[in-house]
Amino acid sequence: MSDGLFEKGAITGIGETAYTRGSGKSDTALPMEAALKAIADAGLSPKDIDGVVPYASGSTVAEDFITNLGLPDLRYSATTPLGGASCVAGIQAAVSAVATGLANHVLIPIGRNGYSGSRIGNRVQQMPQFRTIGEYEMPLGTLAPAQLYSHMARRHMELYGTKSEHFAKIAMNGRKHAAMNDNALRQAPMSLDDHQSSRMIADPLRLFDCCLESDGGAAVIVSASERAKDMASKPAYIMGVAEGHPDSPSAITQRPDITTLGTAKAAPRAFGMAGITHSDIDVAEIYDCFTYIVLCQLEDLGFCKKGEGGDFVSSTSFGFDGDLPLNTHGGLLSQAHIVGMNHVVELVKQLRGDAGAAQVKDARIGLVTGYGDMGDGTVAIMRS
Amino acid sequence: MEIERLYPLPNPDSQPYWDGLRDRRLMLQQCADCGTIRHYPRPVCDQCYSMEVDWTEASRRGTVHSWSVSHHAFHPSFKADLPTTFVTVDLEENVRLVGILRDPEVTLSIGMPVQVGFEDAADGAFSIPVLFAA
Ligand SMILES: [Zn+2]
Repeated sequence: MSDGLFEKGAITGIGETAYTRGSGKSDTALPMEAALKAIADAGLSPKDIDGVVPYASGSTVAEDFITNLGLPDLRYSATTPLGGASCVAGIQAAVSAVATGLANHVLIPIGRNGYSGSRIGNRVQQMPQFRTIGEYEMPLGTLAPAQLYSHMARRHMELYGTKSEHFAKIAMNGRKHAAMNDNALRQAPMSLDDHQSSRMIADPLRLFDCCLESDGGAAVIVSASERAKDMASKPAYIMGVAEGHPDSPSAITQRPDITTLGTAKAAPRAFGMAGITHSDIDVAEIYDCFTYIVLCQLEDLGFCKKGEGGDFVSSTSFGFDGDLPLNTHGGLLSQAHIVGMNHVVELVKQLRGDAGAAQVKDARIGLVTGYGDMGDGTVAIMRS
Repeated sequence: MEIERLYPLPNPDSQPYWDGLRDRRLMLQQCADCGTIRHYPRPVCDQCYSMEVDWTEASRRGTVHSWSVSHHAFHPSFKADLPTTFVTVDLEENVRLVGILRDPEVTLSIGMPVQVGFEDAADGAFSIPVLFAA
């Protein structure tokens, strides 16, 4: 497998706003605030930023960052419209840019009022990635991700004996870590009973299988590795990064195998580029819009075989001090829904040794994933 | 979370499908060159890249591939219909279809035979596929 982008770039700055339900700030202010924090963390001035990868489904474009941050000469901009897989896909775009010298320091910002602001509206039908289901499925009343994704979860359960209790373990793990994190929305403990008695949303997915809606922003800076070592904060070197699209990427129901995500195509590329195996992973921040999506990614990433996700979840401890520390910040399920950029920021904190109470001891190599829209998957592997 | 109600926006690729549902016929696109049936409607055959299209009336017979039971309506207009069982069906024509189960007594399982029927959406603006145990 080609070395590709192996250690060509590093994350040199991270920033997060407070995660809330009612930010009182505009959809433009949130990514700007996160961007300024990430730029300061990197020890840079906004004048040093010459690349930006804004969130494709957000309300800000590259031009807003030029205007607000006074960027004197933006040389590279791109968007990576893969829904929740966008942030990690943005890292792939940013590393490509710094590796080829198109840019020196690429900002990847995100921010939105996902709770207090406007929700998914009829813009959905104008977004090309939703046009197909917007035409053929959503008019029937199957509108929301919980409804659309539950077909995948149900088939997995029927074919492989996966149970709601397996989903519960993933939800409880996120909650446990969120309770150790000052910037997490959900702090109250969650028991198996709490999970099993939470109301059914789209059977088999219960309320506690679903991510939060929240307000906030997060951002990272990607710089060329040879610059990174002299910068203000400890860099997280990107060893491997890849995106994968499933068959029938616009309609889950038409996919030959609805229990496999694009992650299954991305993972061998990312691991191959990084030149490591699963046992080298000290910490994993896995996109958790729904508990089932985590279980499915554990299979598609290759931590276990397809169909063995339930057993793997049962037999693995996911705590910060466990076999495979997972979502050490609380994730989308219990920290906040910052479209997975909070997962990227958390992995960098872990690799710096700055992750607070849920710090994984001696975390050297970690993995972060994105999952988006109807099945796109992204994977990045980093080292300290 | 609330999502705005969506209506089909038929275009030249999809109009015959929606017209068919209204006429109580399940119409599927078929490649005029290699004969491959495809769904959802789209302009190009991914087997032979032909853009010549015929339409064929489907058998309306299929089997259960997966399903989901909604207990929460993400738009108020769907509330009266809760709980709603959405079934993904493997049609005999080797494509899939999503329909609403109108057989509340039945216990679903993968591979169970089902039959496609039709009804008008709540406000009568268009027609949708519904399903019954076969
Ligand atoms: Zn053809």
